[in-house]
Amino acid sequence: MIEIKNADKWYGNFHVLSDCSTSVTKGEVVVVCGPSGSGKSTLIKCVNGLEPIDDGEITVDGIVVTDKNTDLNQLRAKIGMVFQNFELFPHMTALENVKIGQMKVLGRNAKEAHTRAAELLQRVGLKDHAEKFPAQLSGGQQQRVAIARGLAMDPIAMLFDEPTSALDPEMINDVLDVMVELAEEGMTMMVVTHEMGFAQKVADRVIFMDEGHIVEDAPKAEFFGSPRSDRAQLFLSKILSH
Amino acid sequence: MTDFDYGIIWNNLPFLLEGLQVTFLLTILSVVGGIILGTVLALVRIAKIPVASWFAAAYVNFFRSLPLILVIFWLYFLVPLLLGRPVGSFYSVLVAFVLFEAAYYSEIIRAGISSVRSGQIAAGRAIGLTYPQTMRYIVLPQAFKAMVPVLLTQAIILFQDTSLVYVVGLKDFLVSAELIANRDQRLVEMFVFVAIVYFSICFAGSLLARRLQKRLET
Amino acid sequence: MNYNWDWGILFREPYFDWLLTGLGWTVMLSLCAWVIAFLLGSILGIMRTSTSGTLRFIGTTYVEIFRNIPLLVQLFLWFFVFPELLPEDAGRWVKREMPLPALSTAIFAIGLYTASRVCEQVRSGIEALGVGQRNAGRAIGLTEKQIYIYILLPNAYRIIIPPLTSEFLTIFKNSSLALTIGVVELTAMTRQIEEYTFQGFEAFTAATVIYSVVTFAVMFFMRLVEKGSRVPGMISVG
Repeated sequence: MIEIKNADKWYGNFHVLSDCSTSVTKGEVVVVCGPSGSGKSTLIKCVNGLEPIDDGEITVDGIVVTDKNTDLNQLRAKIGMVFQNFELFPHMTALENVKIGQMKVLGRNAKEAHTRAAELLQRVGLKDHAEKFPAQLSGGQQQRVAIARGLAMDPIAMLFDEPTSALDPEMINDVLDVMVELAEEGMTMMVVTHEMGFAQKVADRVIFMDEGHIVEDAPKAEFFGSPRSDRAQLFLSKILSH
Repeated sequence: MTDFDYGIIWNNLPFLLEGLQVTFLLTILSVVGGIILGTVLALVRIAKIPVASWFAAAYVNFFRSLPLILVIFWLYFLVPLLLGRPVGSFYSVLVAFVLFEAAYYSEIIRAGISSVRSGQIAAGRAIGLTYPQTMRYIVLPQAFKAMVPVLLTQAIILFQDTSLVYVVGLKDFLVSAELIANRDQRLVEMFVFVAIVYFSICFAGSLLARRLQKRLET
Repeated sequence: MNYNWDWGILFREPYFDWLLTGLGWTVMLSLCAWVIAFLLGSILGIMRTSTSGTLRFIGTTYVEIFRNIPLLVQLFLWFFVFPELLPEDAGRWVKREMPLPALSTAIFAIGLYTASRVCEQVRSGIEALGVGQRNAGRAIGLTEKQIYIYILLPNAYRIIIPPLTSEFLTIFKNSSLALTIGVVELTAMTRQIEEYTFQGFEAFTAATVIYSVVTFAVMFFMRLVEKGSRVPGMISVG
């Protein structure tokens, strides 16, 4: 489904992605973790072309993201993305946030979009908040609306960029529960996160990045049981001791 | 495009430079006067002194609602009347500019002072400084350092505003150029020249202000 | 101080008429210039924040040129120099046959100048929204045009209502510059009253009062507009 081959990226002199290669097959849930500045957020933003890469190739469902001729807008309509800071559109209600992509990109009419949006908001547990504006919702609620917004496009895969990092502890589980459900329903997911509990529960594979390199890329059991690299071991020991 | 005659600029350079001098002099004096009066107004407003603060606020809002040309006409008419004798237009205009620009400077300075963290004032009082001392030694120095780029930008605006002395015929750069333009029927050359000179000075000034702003942020 | 007070003069003909006429021209000039400034300024603001380097360059150049030359000089350039630079036929039309040449030129000049300022307000409004909003729009597949129409502009305009109001009031004050090319707007009229009657105090007070009242009224009206456009829970900036 998602193929990343030898991706390289520089910000000026800073080598933010170094020869990264990995893949995510249909239905797989891959968790990407690592210290700050390791490039994990950048990597995931390259998958749907929000960030360009300087070298290498990225393919999603057979479409070459890095090809100049690719219609990125159409591609992005097929991939859902959830941001750390939610980024809901503040001047629209929750319902309108979930409708707009459907109407303006997928071309659904208002009624269809409305029905689907209401369905999805119900699914993430926010049916009663549909007419509220983002500023009237808590962080956890906003993030769930953001997930619904991504799902409204009927995506073939969902990308999550540290979805719970900006949330108060009490709300993290609400969001993770939704994500776990998604995973169990068979959605292809690539998740950048520090939440190792989530990884242990639903991840198929875990990728560990450090200083722009993919240092470890192993099935869940192997990663948590006996990671090969010292760096990953160190990281895990620090993060799991919490 | 009719034949462009550069010679006219060259031949009248001394006269034009005199006009430019007047422009610069007016700008510098108005900036200094404006900042001084503006600081007083800002401090009075921040100190929340009854009656005085209200007047300072009214002053600022009043002058900011008027066109500069009107203020120039006011003072041009009023100053000789009050002094009981005719006065050169330079002084009337200078007073007009100081009074007018002070309102704008006061807002910049007020914002600058407010941006200094309130903890600083508390710290100053805590070591025994009085309020005026705290302002003078602790708050204002920090505030001004932060404000330099914005003050410079306002000075550039003032520099452009001086062209309005045209309405009372004070011989600044623009008026000097216009006199030559009308005398020799060379409006195109003179006005284009004036525009280029103003642009060069203002653009250089704005680059400097931007450089200062960047230095501040690091 | 030797001065004969005569406040009644403001209400006598023809001076009262002059004041009204002057005010009329001022308002008309300001509104027309504002339309130009708002439309052109918005386009420029979009250009300066677009992903196209060419558009950004054009926008930046425009702003730098129009902000670094005094408005009065720009006015003179348009009124005295521009007609001379046009090809013969166009030049002749502008000089002889264009209706109300001084007023049109003033509207045009003040409009173009203020457009550069409106551009900067729109730009800062869009930039205040941050890259995240744009990314969120891109992530669901919206084109750049759609992102501007549905996400960036509706938000940006709400944020910049106060500074935009201030730009309109700046036009209102700058309309006085038109007197230098012969438009008999409000300030010109009061100067004329002063020259005819020597009642400078009264004349200039009339102008002062009118400008102050209009400023106050516009700001009051804008505060209502701002409240009405507010999205629940959103705090506006600036």
